[in-house]
Amino acid sequence: MSTPLALVVSAHTIEFVYMAAALLFIFGLKRLSGVRTARSGNAFATLGMALAVGGTLFLLGEVSLFVLVGGLAVGTILGILLATRVQMTEMPELVAFFNGLGGAASACVALSEVARYVGLGGGTTLATGGSLEFANAILVSILIGSVTLSGSFVAYGKLSGKIKDNRLGPIGSQGVNMLLALVVLAFGIWAGYSADGGLGFFAAFALLTLASLVLGIGLTVPIGGADMPVVISLLNSYSGLAACATGFVLENNLLITAGSLVGASGLILTQIMCKAMNRSLTNVLFATFGEESSTAGKNDEYTSVKAATAEDAAPILDVATSVVFVPGYGMAVAQAQHKVRELASLLEAKGCKVSYGIHPVAGRMPGHMNVLLAEADVPYEQLFDLDQINGEFQNTDVAIVVGANDVCNPAANDDPKSPIAGMPVLKVWEAQTVFVVKRSLSPGYAGIKNDLFEADNTLMCFGDGKQFLEDLIAELKDL
Amino acid sequence: MISLAILQDAAQAATEQAEAAGAASPYIIMGLWVLFLAIFVGFELITKVPPTLHTPLMSGANAISGITLVGALFCAGVGYPFLGKLLGFLAIVMATTNVVGGFLVTDRMLRMFGQRGKKKGA
Repeated sequence: MSTPLALVVSAHTIEFVYMAAALLFIFGLKRLSGVRTARSGNAFATLGMALAVGGTLFLLGEVSLFVLVGGLAVGTILGILLATRVQMTEMPELVAFFNGLGGAASACVALSEVARYVGLGGGTTLATGGSLEFANAILVSILIGSVTLSGSFVAYGKLSGKIKDNRLGPIGSQGVNMLLALVVLAFGIWAGYSADGGLGFFAAFALLTLASLVLGIGLTVPIGGADMPVVISLLNSYSGLAACATGFVLENNLLITAGSLVGASGLILTQIMCKAMNRSLTNVLFATFGEESSTAGKNDEYTSVKAATAEDAAPILDVATSVVFVPGYGMAVAQAQHKVRELASLLEAKGCKVSYGIHPVAGRMPGHMNVLLAEADVPYEQLFDLDQINGEFQNTDVAIVVGANDVCNPAANDDPKSPIAGMPVLKVWEAQTVFVVKRSLSPGYAGIKNDLFEADNTLMCFGDGKQFLEDLIAELKDL
Repeated sequence: MISLAILQDAAQAATEQAEAAGAASPYIIMGLWVLFLAIFVGFELITKVPPTLHTPLMSGANAISGITLVGALFCAGVGYPFLGKLLGFLAIVMATTNVVGGFLVTDRMLRMFGQRGKKKGA
């Protein structure tokens, strides 16, 4: 059913609306650089989006109301449900999911353009009937969009623990990925430059999309564990680049501008994450990190570990005047952030100075720990980066490591042969006493022994993070 | 001097050739201008965001990448056959979810960062 919608905005006027939207995006991102202005920044970007979408609606003229209103309504409801129900610990999964949707939408728009081209009676190839640029933009848009979609869903599966393997059958090995890339290239050439009949188009684009989806799985499935922050950042970048490519298909400057802003943002975060692990992007994407190091790590047994209960730990904390918490992914898993905050408040009431040392790759996405601690009402002034806090450990009475491992492994500093050699780490061992709250002595993602656990000034507090902190708070109150 | 003149001739010939080829080439050039300038602006802006805000930055940027919704809306218009409209519908649903959910959840996070200094312990 087609209904005419009043044509208020001309194709010419809409350019100004889009320009305003692009400026609002840029202004919004600029305000994201400060904690105080960030919320308004997000509001400006939202306004930009509303302008762009609203303006476009008025431009369209005759539309299929079912497609338009139905699509917007379903999407809005889904978006609200997801955004309000998600737990802060599940934020990486949600962002991965949204990345996938963005990529898929871009690919669908490009495919829809192909359908329109065929519908117009396209008896020639895309490259000759449209233009070379048009054909290329469509191919790139479908490729990046599909890779983002399937890659994001694999990342989602890995984050939520539904996918544990590093291979799905033959998919995931570098050889198969190379092969898939060649297949994608071949289908792309067929689809863009030689398919010229209705059915030929259909087959070529279906196969191109399918191959790109499989490639996305192959590229993501071998990566896991502590490398997830890199993968999510990279997929974030892809979702922007997909929108950008779609902008070239539709000859729309706003899509290109917004898409490249996001593409740049994702790339920078990717770079920061890689640097924090002292690894190159190619190393993260193509090297099998876990496999290399697992043999080296297995032979190392722990000999002189000192275990401590909450009862043992409480008196030490009672006299401490400065405490640094070092959270890791384990804190998210145990949902222990509120207990951390409770303990911190108790210590502060006793006159103790409390701060938090946060490694860039702690958790499963950039800034993951900061969000969890903000949820628990920790003032952001107490959160410190690696560089800011590392000089402070010498003057710290107690460092409390909650569910972190590799990010405070002294081997990164001392042992040039260690797989994590050169990775910047939190020097918790320089503190007077270190509590490591952890379920067991099991190795972290790097699969190597952590000498910190055997250090003279380290007390291992075995148990569930939340439970242990609860006991510790109770003991401390009793003193 | 001679080589400069040759270069100028070549440049002029290329321009004339491009003009003769008609209106097919200009957009991609314009698009690339926008692309490179926007990437540069993006790098400048994002490097200033502190690590504390990296998660909201990512979800906010992600919502912005839902701008592909604007493209998807066109697919509901005239000239798109059934298959095109179907794909357009899917694209609208997914992009809207991305946009609405992304901006909302970013606001939810940033609200938590702003809580400090207001009522304590609530």
